[in-house]
Amino acid sequence: MNKEAIKELLYKMGDDALIIGHRNSEWTGIGPLLEEDLAFASMAQDKVGHAQALYQISHEVLGDKDPDTIAFQRTEKEFKCCQLVELPIGEYDFSLVRHFLFDHAELIRYEMLTASSFKPLAQLAKKVKGEIKYHVMHADSFLKQLAKGTEESHARMQAALNFAMPFAYGIFEKSEYEDVLIKEGIFGGEEMLREKWLEKISAVVTAAGLTMPQVADSKIVYGGRKGYHSKFLEPLLDEMTEVTRTDPGAEW
Amino acid sequence: MSLDPRVNRIDLSKIGNEEQHTNSHLITWEVFHQEKKGKQVIHVGIVHASNPEMALVLAKEQFARRGATTNIWVAKTSDVYSFSYEDEDIFETTPSKEFREAGYYKVRDRIEAYQAKNHTV
Repeated sequence: MNKEAIKELLYKMGDDALIIGHRNSEWTGIGPLLEEDLAFASMAQDKVGHAQALYQISHEVLGDKDPDTIAFQRTEKEFKCCQLVELPIGEYDFSLVRHFLFDHAELIRYEMLTASSFKPLAQLAKKVKGEIKYHVMHADSFLKQLAKGTEESHARMQAALNFAMPFAYGIFEKSEYEDVLIKEGIFGGEEMLREKWLEKISAVVTAAGLTMPQVADSKIVYGGRKGYHSKFLEPLLDEMTEVTRTDPGAEW
Repeated sequence: MSLDPRVNRIDLSKIGNEEQHTNSHLITWEVFHQEKKGKQVIHVGIVHASNPEMALVLAKEQFARRGATTNIWVAKTSDVYSFSYEDEDIFETTPSKEFREAGYYKVRDRIEAYQAKNHTV
């Protein structure tokens, strides 16, 4: 099996999970209500756990560095996350819509990966898909409730959706190993994932009474998968690695 | 009005003149937790939510985050009927009715005698 292709896949998935986990954890303590504060923080923690598990596979199976080193000692350019996950948390409407768009893609991605020819990833996919199923359930409930709430909440959800959509399409940016991954049965590919995702989210968005934004191909925000990031990633990494940098390799 | 505390700050100079946000659309739901299929469903607390679906979604993280869970139930607090604490005395048992309590029956000695006789231990 093509090790480089697998590593690329593990890194982009791991980086997406790590960065959105870090972002969503920023709501801890300032969530809109106590129960939601706790739920959102707990899901953010799940995401960091997914990143850890993916880096662990790279470490154990591909002979890569240990998960902490992969997470905390790479430069911004070496990160392969999409730009959607880097954006600041903004208002709660944006954070919820991003969570909705991202987690629907995650659920389908992991469902596809349960059939992967790369067994360690297939096993992980079976293990975490329940967690992500809940994340999607949570996102759908909030989207529906707020879209059908007041005039203001509806308008905010629609505006957040319009803003986030060009970034969300960037989730499906192909890597140079796309064809290898498909040919070797490791992953069904970004195009298939994007089609399934679009069908799924369109149904939920429409049922919630919102309008699916039309995004021209030229407006899609690509780059993340190739190491080109928004200006928001660097400060996030600085903050995330602050403790490690003061004492690299410390144990506690 | 926003639920985000950073968006919706109270203007101290206007207190008393303006209607304050109370989250009154959020009602409370009683949450019941079931550890395993077939086991009893036990009351564990409450959550605030505006509908049953959201109550379940929020209850999952509050009460099933740690430990085994097979299901969660929620019910509107307003649908629960109870006695008044003023009537708590209805639960008092007079000493002469100890025979209603399991501890009244001291059968341990008889069980032990049976076991010794039949060598079942």
